[in-house]
Amino acid sequence: MRNGLLLAGILFSLGLTSLLVRRNLIFVLMSLEVMLNAAGLAFVVAGARWHQADGQIMFLFILAMAAAEVAVGLALAVEIYRRFKSLDVDKLSNMKG
Amino acid sequence: MLGLLWLIPALPFASALVLMLSGSRFPRKAATALGVGSIGISAVVTILVAASFFTAPPPDHSYTQLLWTWINVGGFNPEIALRLDALSLVMVLVVTFVGFLIHVYSAEFMMEDEGHSRFFAYMNLFVASMITLLLGDNLLLLMLGWEGVGLCSYLLIGFWYREPANGHAARKAFVVTRVGDTLMLIGLLLLFTQLGTLQIHDLMQRASERWPAGSGYAVAAALLLLGGAVGKSAQLPLQVWLPDAMAGPTPTSALIHAATMVTAGVYLIARTHVLFSLAPAAQLAVALVGAGTLLLAGCSALTQPDIKRALAYSTVSQIGYMFLALGVGAWQAALFHFFTHAFFKALLFLGAGVIINALHDEHNIFKMGGLRKELPVAFWTFLIAGCSLAGLPFFTAGFFSKDLIIWEAWSADHGHPGFWIAGMVGALLTSLYTFRLIFRVFFGPLGTPVTKRPGYTMTIPLAVLALFSFGAGYLKEPLLGFLHSALPATIEARTGGMTEAGSEAVAAVVFLVGLYLAYLFHLRKRSLAEAAVSNPVGSLLHRWWFADWGFDWVYDKVFVLPFIWAAQINKSDFIDAFYTGVARLADLFYRGLSRTESGRLRWYAAGVAVGSVVFLAMVLFR
Repeated sequence: MRNGLLLAGILFSLGLTSLLVRRNLIFVLMSLEVMLNAAGLAFVVAGARWHQADGQIMFLFILAMAAAEVAVGLALAVEIYRRFKSLDVDKLSNMKG
Repeated sequence: MLGLLWLIPALPFASALVLMLSGSRFPRKAATALGVGSIGISAVVTILVAASFFTAPPPDHSYTQLLWTWINVGGFNPEIALRLDALSLVMVLVVTFVGFLIHVYSAEFMMEDEGHSRFFAYMNLFVASMITLLLGDNLLLLMLGWEGVGLCSYLLIGFWYREPANGHAARKAFVVTRVGDTLMLIGLLLLFTQLGTLQIHDLMQRASERWPAGSGYAVAAALLLLGGAVGKSAQLPLQVWLPDAMAGPTPTSALIHAATMVTAGVYLIARTHVLFSLAPAAQLAVALVGAGTLLLAGCSALTQPDIKRALAYSTVSQIGYMFLALGVGAWQAALFHFFTHAFFKALLFLGAGVIINALHDEHNIFKMGGLRKELPVAFWTFLIAGCSLAGLPFFTAGFFSKDLIIWEAWSADHGHPGFWIAGMVGALLTSLYTFRLIFRVFFGPLGTPVTKRPGYTMTIPLAVLALFSFGAGYLKEPLLGFLHSALPATIEARTGGMTEAGSEAVAAVVFLVGLYLAYLFHLRKRSLAEAAVSNPVGSLLHRWWFADWGFDWVYDKVFVLPFIWAAQINKSDFIDAFYTGVARLADLFYRGLSRTESGRLRWYAAGVAVGSVVFLAMVLFR
């Protein structure tokens, strides 16, 4: 239990850090995946601890959502690359206030 | 037939509504036909109603038609009810009949104007409001009509709104009459709180039951109503708006600012005459206002070069006569003068409209001249109306009505020889300024050449009005007898020292003196007039009278400038500073928040992360 949650926390922190540090859009999407999986891991661990199926069901939901998110995100990445010839997220700051 | 009464205001109102909502979509002829026709039918209905009123007078000589209850809260239940009696019938007859003639005239006068459907919409709305004012059974409905005519007056003075001066004149008329209207509203509230009703008939009955003659409430209420009347009828000291109101189209000046609306004050006082009889002090104030106005405005009329402004001062002066009559208790004489004045003054304005149109918008009488042969119809009708205004003895309507007032100013129970002298001096001024206009405009060498001649739709109303300006005087006895059921007869108190025939003889002499002086100064030896104006005293008087005795100057200094000054220093007071501060704060927040919208995705993500950490921490370590 403890080790599982610790692992999930470390994975989440790593994902968040790389999300903030990385500038390439592909890596940003990958770090999002890491964070989602960390959250899913936490659910599975909690489900195992209390002998409940809910944790695994939630993980399936997260999986489905992650798949959808990646599909949309990659499509956006392709379109952004076509339009700006770059995947640097810091260059995409046209919508500043 | 009396049941048709509600149609009289409803027809013009309906037509005004149609013209206002979709007038611009109508073809010109259709809009004109609707505007003129509705007043025409209304006039016919009025005549039918009047005929049945004459042949079979209703009980108590008054007929009330209850349409519906307007408001009903806590004992305050004014009704939309029309009341027809001798007083309102005479006024409504004049309003619809003269109004119809002026509408016929305007059909041609306004044909070329781009806003002509708007013009007819306003004019019809005016007639509807004026009839509401006259037929209103309670003072609240009367007030509704009162404000309605004020609104139409405002709209029509500023009719040619592209000229800033016209808008200014309209605002001035509105604000100045508002002073009177506010006093009148306070008067209404006082009457309602003290007597518990606004229904005019009940009000007068309760006033005479509960208030002894000369009681403070009666005097206060009468003075407040007088304030309203003074504002609407352009009497001293609120007369300043009427000469400027001449900025409107000439038919408007004829209908609203000469024949009908400006006499609403006379109607109000005649309508509440019981109240004024209970308040001798207020009645004396009415007489003093009238006498003062007729003299001051008469002097000002002598100096105006603009034909319409001269006529406007003449209107102010003639309404002064009506107020004088009301003040001395000659109620019927006041109404009789209203009756004749409506015809000849409307005719004078319509004649002036023909002249102004013919001379391509020339208003200055010193640039006119010799129009006698050029515009014969205008000349003869203007001459008849002028003679009636000046009081050509023993023939014209104006002579009968004005000299009745002057005589009763002497003989009535509230009369005084001083009022008689004021009336006589006023008659001299009237004769002088009227013939000044006639000699300058129609005689002498040709001034501006004539470019446009009036058609039949303009000359026929002139001819009809001329007939009435001449003949209305012969209706004196029947009219006074008819009014007897609504207004008490004058109490003849002072008979010594003067007879009615003697007073009329003096008036005739005064008329001739005025005529001769005008002839001398304005036709035979025009250099004399210039000499009179160029010597120091004459020039001072001329400038003083020309500026309406400096009333505008005083009001400007006493009210307008301090108000502007106060508004300017008030611009940065505490409250404004507070609201400016709120605006500044909002602006500051806006700038700060817009800085955070950097467009950088990673900063947003960091923001979300930090935010969730902070909230989690708040939940966990609460």
